[in-house]
Amino acid sequence: MTTTLAHLHPGDRARVCGILLEGGIRRRLLDIGLTEGAEVECAGLSPFGSPGAYVIQEALIAIRKSDGQKVLVKKQKEVTPPWD
Amino acid sequence: MGLTAGSTGRNAVDSGLNIHKKTPEDLVVAIAGNPNVGKSTLFNALTGMHQHTGNWPGKTVASAQGRFSSPRHSYVMVDIPGTYSLLAHSPEEEVARDFLCFHRPDVCIVICDATCLKRSMALAIQILEITGRVILCVNLMDEAEARGIRIDLKRLEDQLGVPVVGVVARQKKSLRRLKALLDQALDSPPSPARPLPCPTALQPAVDALLAHMPSTDALPIAREWLALRLLDSDASLVRQIATAAGWTDQEQQAVHRLVAAQKVRLREEGIHPSRLQDLLVSGLHRETQRVLGGCISQPGDGGYCRKDRRLDKILTGRITAFPVMLLLLALLFWITISGANLISGFLSDGLFRVQDWLSRLFMALGSPPWLHDLCVLGVYRTLAWVVSVMLPPMAIFFPLFTLLEDSGYLPRIAYNLDRPFEKCCACGKQSLCMAMGLGCNAAGVVGCRIIDSPRERLIAILTNSFIPCNGRLPILLSILSMFFVTASGGLLHGLYSALILLALLMLSIGMTFLTSRLLSKTLLKGVPSSFALEMPPYRRPQLGKVIVRSVFDRVLFVLGRAVAVAAPAGLVLWLCANLTLGGSSLLTHLCALLDGPGWLMGMDGAILVAFLLGFPASEIVLPIVLMAYLSTGMLMEPGSALEMHQVLVSHGWTWLTAANVLLFTLFHWPCSTTLLTIRKETASWKWTALAFLIPTVIGCGLCMAFTAIVRLLGLA
Repeated sequence: MTTTLAHLHPGDRARVCGILLEGGIRRRLLDIGLTEGAEVECAGLSPFGSPGAYVIQEALIAIRKSDGQKVLVKKQKEVTPPWD
Repeated sequence: MGLTAGSTGRNAVDSGLNIHKKTPEDLVVAIAGNPNVGKSTLFNALTGMHQHTGNWPGKTVASAQGRFSSPRHSYVMVDIPGTYSLLAHSPEEEVARDFLCFHRPDVCIVICDATCLKRSMALAIQILEITGRVILCVNLMDEAEARGIRIDLKRLEDQLGVPVVGVVARQKKSLRRLKALLDQALDSPPSPARPLPCPTALQPAVDALLAHMPSTDALPIAREWLALRLLDSDASLVRQIATAAGWTDQEQQAVHRLVAAQKVRLREEGIHPSRLQDLLVSGLHRETQRVLGGCISQPGDGGYCRKDRRLDKILTGRITAFPVMLLLLALLFWITISGANLISGFLSDGLFRVQDWLSRLFMALGSPPWLHDLCVLGVYRTLAWVVSVMLPPMAIFFPLFTLLEDSGYLPRIAYNLDRPFEKCCACGKQSLCMAMGLGCNAAGVVGCRIIDSPRERLIAILTNSFIPCNGRLPILLSILSMFFVTASGGLLHGLYSALILLALLMLSIGMTFLTSRLLSKTLLKGVPSSFALEMPPYRRPQLGKVIVRSVFDRVLFVLGRAVAVAAPAGLVLWLCANLTLGGSSLLTHLCALLDGPGWLMGMDGAILVAFLLGFPASEIVLPIVLMAYLSTGMLMEPGSALEMHQVLVSHGWTWLTAANVLLFTLFHWPCSTTLLTIRKETASWKWTALAFLIPTVIGCGLCMAFTAIVRLLGLA
């Protein structure tokens, strides 16, 4: 099912299927490995709900909700994370 | 880029990229890598320098240089700002690209993070496109091992065609092999650069460029790579290439037109700039996958391990994040205050004993009394004051702060606080600059370079001086302990002070939010831009090393600064207090002049004069106040708090005066060093003037309003 990065809940895993961002932030996210086909995991949300923390290419990256809404992802089947 | 002698105070102002060779035979080693993979650590380990290290990305914003030698060669090492890529358009990435392309270092060490090799590798592959003289250095092998990640270095070496070495940069002995490899690499012919194949969709445009581009023989970089870069980037690159390849002005103009024409053609074919980027990036990722294929084996957990997940649950959790943050800050202040009290008395005893020796020395040499007064009672005494009041809190605060920095906690603060900053149309990374401002505002201003958007960076620069730096801390502490903390002595006293200090800091932070919001609604209009912050793994700080080094760094630095700033200030002070005009000293005249505005703000002329004369160094504000009151021609010796309290009270200080001094200490003009740094960073006198005016106006306004209210209510 297709949704956006911003809609993922902590523990969700997904695969990137489209990046609608433009300009500097697009560049930055591509550089850190958020490319089409890349796997991401929502690791948590900041106390105020934005930004979220995402595991991208084995590193933890904070991305604001407003930017995350422009990253389309395909959610993968729910798995209970091993650390809960 | 952290809080060290090299990055705070006057030194914060300067940064440039000229290579300093001692002899022409010196070889230039560039050291490149992603942010926060241990470049600075490796740099320090090799050069024996104290380039500051810390566990957060974007710390090295200016290039550092150092020297080291191996049995066969001597090297100049250049630390390039950390970048993820050479493609992008941020200033650091341009610096890195231009240095590698046009300064042509003799060899380039590319550092990768063994715990997240996939991402580090993209940069390595891009550098290999430019030069074959590369050594790949896989750092943090110990951490990778601890997480069960295994890397086949031999296979990686075969895939890349350049030497690969695994190191633990924090351990000096693991670097021996790296040095040997450096010698070896330089004494053998370099392997060729390996440009990636051009994406087929771009081939026609590249071919067209190649056909008409003037000779680039002077630049040992593949022409196809240059052509691709030209299609992707702005005009500045054409200029750079033109200079390096020795093109004439006409040739440069021709290339400009050529590139523009090809860009139009690409757009007609539906390849917009962002599509072009996608093509380049996906080529890069394909190559990364190919190179790394079969080189890494790791358990499912990856780079973000279970221990970090648990810590983040607490440190960034919805309920716990802010209490933990406040607790840590309170603890930081408490330790600083309690420790400083211990050292301070001891230090001032020693320094004033030295003064007696100096006096005797002057007398023995038969110097005239005015010279003795000027040098000893003017210059030396001011110096001793500043050192004994300022040094202790710093010597404790800085190592503690460095520990926090090393642990990886600071980016989490930015993460927790980003939302409120976004609401103020600013950037969460501003909180990192504020944290540095706690140490030194000049360093905080330089640290604002980590903020990408120029608008948000300006906001962060203009509001940085709201955060009380270490120089202002002693003023706050003395006033607190004289007027507001009733518990006498001991740890409890320190705890109360720490809590009030924390409240004051909250006021500063609140004012920062308010002003940021106001600025982005008025002068610096704009919407919040984007934000992508890497949160590094938690690392155990190297306790002993941090403490020894930051104490040493700070002690030397503070002494240096005291001599450079406080000594001349002491001279001016002495002259002000001893030159008379119509019967009374200049200082008395000045105080009388400012008594009016001083009264309105709930203080008096002497306090305002002290803040004015404290412009070069806020540390001397309180001593000047005492000097003006006692109308002695010199500073008094820093006596007990009780003595000081009596002097102040007998000159009309009430709790209102003290509260206003606290407010004004938080909100007044930044010190001269910070302003100079702001001028340097913004390249504009207009913004510098604003950085002066904003806190000044706010401080005066706050004091007047507060005083008026209190007086109306008849509370003081």
